[in-house]
Amino acid sequence: MDQHTIFLVILGMAAVTYVPRLAPAWLLSRRELNPLLARWLSYVPVAVLAALTAQSVLAPAGSVDVAASNLYLWAAIPCFVLAIRTKGFFGVVALGMAIVAGARFFLG
Amino acid sequence: MEQALERPAGNWAARARESVRLALPIVLGYVPVGFAYGVLAVKSGLSPANTVLMSLMVFAGSAQLIAVGLFAAGAPPLSVVLTTFVVNLRHLLMSAALAPHLASWPRRLLPLFCFQMTDETFALHLSRFQRKDTERGVTLGVNMVAQAAWVAGSALGVASGSLIGDVRPLGLDFALPAMFIALLCGQLKGRPHLAAGVSAAGLALLLPRLGLGQWSVLAATALAATLGIVAESLGRKE
Repeated sequence: MDQHTIFLVILGMAAVTYVPRLAPAWLLSRRELNPLLARWLSYVPVAVLAALTAQSVLAPAGSVDVAASNLYLWAAIPCFVLAIRTKGFFGVVALGMAIVAGARFFLG
Repeated sequence: MEQALERPAGNWAARARESVRLALPIVLGYVPVGFAYGVLAVKSGLSPANTVLMSLMVFAGSAQLIAVGLFAAGAPPLSVVLTTFVVNLRHLLMSAALAPHLASWPRRLLPLFCFQMTDETFALHLSRFQRKDTERGVTLGVNMVAQAAWVAGSALGVASGSLIGDVRPLGLDFALPAMFIALLCGQLKGRPHLAAGVSAAGLALLLPRLGLGQWSVLAATALAATLGIVAESLGRKE
């Protein structure tokens, strides 16, 4: 594909990415939401985050990996404990990175 | 301009500092992934300009990496656009979930804010908005810092070409998973939410096996949110 066509594809990608990002906020932000829809939306954050967390920790390379060799799995456990105890944010990120870096350094 | 001058300069500096502080975990995650994207994009035949333009105009990590793979495989243009659409459709739900918190914002700022809505900025802002912290300067500042990190990472990848720096010894590749864990734990309030979270996690791992890979986050979220409402009504009846 020549660079001009690639640029046109990028324009298309930008459009189809932007519309779903903007449309709901634009259409719903000034409207009284249907109570059932509002309740449903209140579960979206926990569901999105759980889905993203599960895929990034339990399937870091795309397919499910719960073997002992999955370093992310081991690093995630203390991160969960710290996050639940402290409700912290930066501490959890620092702890996770330190465990992953340390494990690679000491265990090879 | 006059309005800007009325504000004490310290406020701007304080907001900028707060934006950088909040966005730091995102920056740590985006620079190395953006770098990897930049290297792969150039290897896949994208010009340096197109590689960086994609990070400026699309700003969606997983979709950009998938698109680069499709370009390398010689996929037809329309299939690249359609795949991007499906992969990024999950933002529909995130945008809807943030909508009630944005009611007090001037409408003209929504196009700017939503342009930079990614999994990571969504997750970060949601936890702030739930604490009633919807300060616009910091919100937009976090987004700008996040995209700057993504574009800078991409450009570095382009510049270093085949020289792939290994970020693994620093554990940077775990910055974003750790951030998701921290933000997820802040959302686990009460049994219906716990049930929704557990089922979303299970579905997110199961659905790719059923061939729903690109739909998995969207479908898992929609199904689990529905299960959350069911769990809530069951809890009430007891």
